[in-house]
Amino acid sequence: MNADVAVAVPKTVGSAQVRRAQEDPAWVRWGLIGLAIAVVALLVVVPVVNIFAQALSDGLAAYWSNLFDDPDTLHAIKLTLIVAPVALLANLIFGIAAAWAIARFDFRGRTLLTALIDLPFSVSPVVAGLMFVLIFGLQGYFGPFLRRDGYAIMPYLMSILAAGAFVLLFFLFRPIRATERRGLWDRPVLVVLAGSLIVFGVAFFLQQYFDIWPHNQSLKIIFAVPGLIIATAFITFPFVARELIPVMEAVGVEEELAAISLGASGWQMFWQVTVPNIKWGLVYGVILCNARAMGEFGAVYVVSGHIAGQTDTMPLRIEKLFQEYNLPGSFAVASLLTLVAIITLIAKIRLERKLPVGDGRQKQEEARA
Amino acid sequence: MSILIQNIFKTFGSFAALDNVSLEVPDGTLVALLGPSGSGKTTLLRIIAGLEIPDSGSVIHQGEDITHYSARDRKVGFVFQHYALFRHMTVADNIGYGLRVRKVPKAKIRERVGELMQLIRLEGLQSRYPSQLSGGQRQRVALARALAAQPTVLLLDEPFGALDAKVRQELRKWLRRLHEEIHVTSIFVTHDQEEAFELADRVAVMNQAHIEQIGTPDEVYDQPATPFVYDFLGNVNLFHGRIRRGRLRLGDTVFHVPEHAAVKDAPAVAYVRPHEVKVRAEPNGASGIAAVIKHVNSAGPLVQLELERVDDGSLLSAELTKDESSQLPLQPGTQVYVELKNVRVFPDIPPEPESMPESKSALESSPLEKDHA
Repeated sequence: MNADVAVAVPKTVGSAQVRRAQEDPAWVRWGLIGLAIAVVALLVVVPVVNIFAQALSDGLAAYWSNLFDDPDTLHAIKLTLIVAPVALLANLIFGIAAAWAIARFDFRGRTLLTALIDLPFSVSPVVAGLMFVLIFGLQGYFGPFLRRDGYAIMPYLMSILAAGAFVLLFFLFRPIRATERRGLWDRPVLVVLAGSLIVFGVAFFLQQYFDIWPHNQSLKIIFAVPGLIIATAFITFPFVARELIPVMEAVGVEEELAAISLGASGWQMFWQVTVPNIKWGLVYGVILCNARAMGEFGAVYVVSGHIAGQTDTMPLRIEKLFQEYNLPGSFAVASLLTLVAIITLIAKIRLERKLPVGDGRQKQEEARA
Repeated sequence: MSILIQNIFKTFGSFAALDNVSLEVPDGTLVALLGPSGSGKTTLLRIIAGLEIPDSGSVIHQGEDITHYSARDRKVGFVFQHYALFRHMTVADNIGYGLRVRKVPKAKIRERVGELMQLIRLEGLQSRYPSQLSGGQRQRVALARALAAQPTVLLLDEPFGALDAKVRQELRKWLRRLHEEIHVTSIFVTHDQEEAFELADRVAVMNQAHIEQIGTPDEVYDQPATPFVYDFLGNVNLFHGRIRRGRLRLGDTVFHVPEHAAVKDAPAVAYVRPHEVKVRAEPNGASGIAAVIKHVNSAGPLVQLELERVDDGSLLSAELTKDESSQLPLQPGTQVYVELKNVRVFPDIPPEPESMPESKSALESSPLEKDHA
């Protein structure tokens, strides 16, 4: 009897205490949940639904003509589809390079580089736009030169690009095994220096005597497409690198070393081992980067000069239509951007499960071991 | 000589990982690099594999200086401590990777992978992913992957370090049999002396960027060249004393050490393994040391005693077989007499104030100080 009581009593007391320690009272729980739902509904769901309701208020035909019959709107859509992918490509290359440097090497200034990558997140987009106006604009450092003879930089730029392409091709076509490299293949420093000089010289000569690129023309960066691309690239700079650094750190260097020890070249290692391991992080970064690039307003607003039919991107066009009291048109374009955002969100949720970051994978492996 | 390592130096910043290390690995042998963590053994292995470049010194492979060859030109297979299997490839693709990057025809790769799957006894698991394998299976896949391109040297970095004790035992036996079958020159890194002794033909004991001793497991265990080796390979009793013309005085007891007859008068450290401490109930001549039993642990095949010497109060441990112990009154507090067999004496160690035996700091610093001398 006594034993039964002694067992039974601590049990009920214990479970009551456990419940109290782990769970808040019902009114707190339901209150918080209700508050969260209400705020999300009021600030997120209602406005988003409203965008589509407004856009479609005059019917599907009007929606369609709002989007594709107005030449300025159509141009804005096309311009966004040019600016965003170019900025994305630039950030993809930069992002992989930066993430590789930060995750794989230990060098002076590594922390500083990591901090600088985040800079575009903390700078106001308007300030970022102004920055570029001050550099490339008429009153900026390079403004007068670009206006007078901007295209004069083209031969140099193209020649440098050609020389870079030559160096890349040399390393791509070089025999992989050191013992098979004969003659010039075995002298990378000589070939790279001499070869790129020759390529640069030829390209420069061609320009000087055959005028492939026009002379004495001003090169517009500010209030033109190059400025839009530069500003968008700056704003979306951190996305790919930010996503890749933790992924690359989580994947670690061992598989890459294993590939090298098994005889892979650096190129083979990168495409066959590194890229498959980081691909979901890469896709994730690209999707976020793209969403931001398409939606960027502040920096683009400053550098574009919003010339209708020339430098208006979709967000700028939305604002202009809104200012002109063309609400259905404005909401029609807005609905497109919102659609991009919703697709991005769905892709993001699906991809997050595939990322190796966090301890999910490690826990799985520990559980198996 | 399959691998010849000559005067390798390697530093990381201000830390010396390898300080003038030389090693010979004969063809077809299995050599263990044994040492505590931070002794430079993994760095040495990585230098042989070409994953690390030495500051100076050379690595010679079958008469060819391969110090500056890239990893892919070395015909070396490397097995990583945590396997480093390609997580996005199947077992078959993992094993075939070394052939794939060398542009071997697909049919040949398939054939070789089939062969290796048989060798590691994982037939039928070709299309599994590494995450679907157990630790021991992953380790075997890693080994097969390293062997696929028929390397002339196989390097293993703590091959069983991440496995539990039972799987480790099985894999050890399996690796030994595998080595007898394929006879590829192998070097493996371990901090587990048992593993080194069981597997290796030769053992190189490393400490603080140096190789302390190279020899067969028997040589290294029975004739340790330095105090570090003696201490690292198993439990040890340590006595500080003075040595005078071949006579070692430890407290009230005197030992004859004819091999150090030339030493006139120097401090010395004497080592005795616990199983070479003989315990008697009655004194036997002058060589018995009186001690009191402090603690008895009789679980397992041996009985372990912790004793306190009567003359200077220092502690020592002894191991007895069950037979021996049954003839003794082994209760804590009983006085017994201890006889030391196989005392190994290392003179020339700078004097220390009367310190307790088993003081590890004195031991660990001793090899360094020997170098300065």
